[in-house]
Amino acid sequence: MKFRALAALALLAVAACGGTGGNTGSTQQQPPTANIKPPDAIGAGEGQLNLIAWEGYVDKSWADAFTKQSGCKVSAKYAGSSDEMVTLMKDGGGSQYDMVSASGDADLRLIYGGDVKPMNTKLIPDWNNFQDYFKAPPYNTINGIHYGISLQWGPNTLLYNTKKFPNAPTSWSVIYDSANKGLITVPDNPIQIADAALYLSKTKPDLKITDPYELKQKQFDAAVQLLKDQRPLIKKYWALASDEITLFQNGDVMVGAAWPYQTIQLKAAKAPVDDTIPTEGATGWGDTWMLATKAPHPNCAYLWTAYVSTAKVQALQALFFGETPVNTQACAQMEALQAGSCRQYHADAPGSYFDTIKFWKTPRAECGDGSTNCIPYDQWVAAWTTIKG
Amino acid sequence: MEGFWTKVALRVWVALILFFLFTPIVLIFLYAFNTSNIQSWPIPGLTTKWFSATWEDPDVRAGLTLSLQAGLSATVIALILGSCAAFAVYRMTWFGKEVVSLLFILPLALPGIVTGIALQSFFSFSGVQFSIYTIIVGHTTFCIVVVYNNVLARLRRTQGSLIEAAMDLGAGGFRAFRDITLPLISTSVIAGAMLAFALSFDEVIVTTFTAGAQNTLPLWIFGAIRLGQRLPEVNVVVSFVILITIIPVLVAARLTGGGGTTRVPAVRE
Amino acid sequence: MSVETVRWPRPKGGGAVPFSAFFWRYPWLRPLLLLTPPLVWFVVIYLASLATLLITAFWTIDPFTTQIVQAWNTLNFERILEGEAYRAIITRTFLMAALVTVTDALLAFPFAYYMARVASRRSQTLLFAAVLLPLWASYLARVYAWILILNHNGLLNWSLTSVGLPAADIGYTNTAMWVVFSYIWLPFMIIPVYAALERVPESLLEAASDLGARRWRAVRDVVLPLALPGVVAGSIFTFSLTLGDYITPILVGGAGSSFIGNVIYSNVGIANNIPFAAALAIVPVAIMAVYLLIAQRLGAFEAL
Repeated sequence: MKFRALAALALLAVAACGGTGGNTGSTQQQPPTANIKPPDAIGAGEGQLNLIAWEGYVDKSWADAFTKQSGCKVSAKYAGSSDEMVTLMKDGGGSQYDMVSASGDADLRLIYGGDVKPMNTKLIPDWNNFQDYFKAPPYNTINGIHYGISLQWGPNTLLYNTKKFPNAPTSWSVIYDSANKGLITVPDNPIQIADAALYLSKTKPDLKITDPYELKQKQFDAAVQLLKDQRPLIKKYWALASDEITLFQNGDVMVGAAWPYQTIQLKAAKAPVDDTIPTEGATGWGDTWMLATKAPHPNCAYLWTAYVSTAKVQALQALFFGETPVNTQACAQMEALQAGSCRQYHADAPGSYFDTIKFWKTPRAECGDGSTNCIPYDQWVAAWTTIKG
Repeated sequence: MEGFWTKVALRVWVALILFFLFTPIVLIFLYAFNTSNIQSWPIPGLTTKWFSATWEDPDVRAGLTLSLQAGLSATVIALILGSCAAFAVYRMTWFGKEVVSLLFILPLALPGIVTGIALQSFFSFSGVQFSIYTIIVGHTTFCIVVVYNNVLARLRRTQGSLIEAAMDLGAGGFRAFRDITLPLISTSVIAGAMLAFALSFDEVIVTTFTAGAQNTLPLWIFGAIRLGQRLPEVNVVVSFVILITIIPVLVAARLTGGGGTTRVPAVRE
Repeated sequence: MSVETVRWPRPKGGGAVPFSAFFWRYPWLRPLLLLTPPLVWFVVIYLASLATLLITAFWTIDPFTTQIVQAWNTLNFERILEGEAYRAIITRTFLMAALVTVTDALLAFPFAYYMARVASRRSQTLLFAAVLLPLWASYLARVYAWILILNHNGLLNWSLTSVGLPAADIGYTNTAMWVVFSYIWLPFMIIPVYAALERVPESLLEAASDLGARRWRAVRDVVLPLALPGVVAGSIFTFSLTLGDYITPILVGGAGSSFIGNVIYSNVGIANNIPFAAALAIVPVAIMAVYLLIAQRLGAFEAL
């Protein structure tokens, strides 16, 4: 219940501030590709599928079975940030790429840039089993038209070395603490400024930060300053998932911001690590498979989307990466594969967990309260270069 | 002529440099047998499972094939164009020679990322789709320079009088070229071609910007490093490439007299 | 008594003579014809693309749609010159390139000297092959192997602590980048220096010793100046390759190790701000243009 109420609120909030291409009020401007009618049936596979994906989203353990089943050979280009995905997808995918597993902060940019086109949910049988919120979330559905099919969602976690921190850290302050100088790593991604803002929203309440993606100048400057102060403490900004895994494995860092994927890989390699979500909460991402406007292999794309939406594959991916599936039937599959996993990744009771996550969205000049002096994303990018040095 | 101790010192230095050059290569070979897919020291265990995994991996094969195709095409085009340019510059006496020399060194002298983004903007601007052809164009541009340098350097060391002598003896222009010039420059052409191919085969920066969804071998390697799931496969592939190039490299070193472009058999000072 | 008697000897090749004669009469024609195809390639593809890049540096992009707005201005350049972070990055890149060049020159010279003047013919071939071989091992794989050597539990620290020395934690620092860059570009410095040293005739050194110079003096006064073009030629590679590299900083660098190449890359591949990336790219181009002019004066182009 609470989950639905909050989802509705989130819907309103995002619609109010994030839904338009710069127009006034809450009327949603139609994206450029809105009139492209999706197909009514999936035709024969074209034999090839080119995906842009997060590291760990196209693993052989489920991609190979797909290739056998559909005849579509899957080729994945990995991107380390939403920005990279948006850039790779420019010009409708450049007639090179078919789909992109975009997170919430990339979706609107892709939609309004005309780089993705509407998809027909009727062609995805498992769509009916999705949680209601993820059937038409505001970041991929505009005016009732679906510009992609929701995939999975999850948090950015605090990863730590259990030898150095026998008790799980309870606050993000560990990554800003000079006692850990030279032992910290954070992602090389401008959206990290939101993480700093989230931390400040709890530790410096007089800044009155409510939404870490809608920052006024003073709030933005405070977040940037926090990160600049953090820089001498950082061993390395990780750009690739394997960077962070290597850093922890070789004892170069002891604590850092990560995805659950790194924790799982490190634990498999018997590294003494664990992850947690501190009391201040965490940022997170909700991912969607979106279809490129100029996709050269649309049939394979639909076949893939239908495949990764099935309960079995949702469970496989959730366990591999450490995220939460959108398919309600995946829980049972997860339990069958790994007892206790359904609870661990919150696939059974997502409501309260969902609240603690501030999902990635594109920072815009339009703030939720009607004013238009929030800091837009291009300034986040410029600031990030000055932070990293 | 050098003193005994000087020679010893030099030998020690050479040994140290060789150690420096080859330690990472030895590590690459060693970690092809790594049981873990995370590279950490000391090596957790040894296994040969990655060899079959690499052999069966379609991405590796696709990358290798594409790299070979692009490399060979770029080298062939570069051979023709580079040699033409070298001959032309060798004969030129007007001021344009300086300008052309400068022009032809640009692709190697300017950072790869500049060439890469310049070509990418150019292709996007003219609506050319990224494919193996755009990759070949990118590679050919710097391969031409390598061939040009090698051939020109050798031409400068040949004596023009040999050509004139041939013509005095009645050979026409083409005959003189075929029977005199070509053999003299042949080894530099081969050396240039090999160096051009090596540069193209290992090129990653320009290729990142001129490739579409295809992967050459270096692009595949970068993706594999990025993902971190199949790192030992990277080591297997690279070890394989090193092993099969030992022979050609030795041959090339022998052909060029182990001395780059200066040992010209027919002409001794 | 006619002109007939001083005609050229008739060749056996048939119709080649008129052709050759034609080229002999218009000597500039042959180079022109030979030069046209490569020049066309260069001008149409390479120079045109460089020019396009240069022009885009004077434009900007619309922040939300990331489409290029073709309005002429110098905002990008102002941003670079005024930005403290950018100045720091440019300085860092330049200094590292210079440091790597000097390091490689120092490392390469004795090695090349041995190869050129002391080693036997067979050793020369083997050493030359040994220097070329690493170029065939993927650049990425070799840099990645260095991470293994330099990180906290890596080979270097393990070796040092095994013999009782303190661990040198240089992983993910600028020092690490210096080591890796020097390693990667070393063959590019050795080869031209070797070629240059090989060309020094032994007779010059004999003459010097006849005049009373000891070996070291002969090397310093005779060999070094003659080898300088080779060193400068090699330095073109080490300097320019370091100046534009972004992969080694990503893999081996730590916090505060960004290079010009990284900022360019993040503006092209991530932020899609091509005009700003183009403006940034002009910096290494300008630096290299100056470097090339100096190198040409020092005769490096003959030694490539």
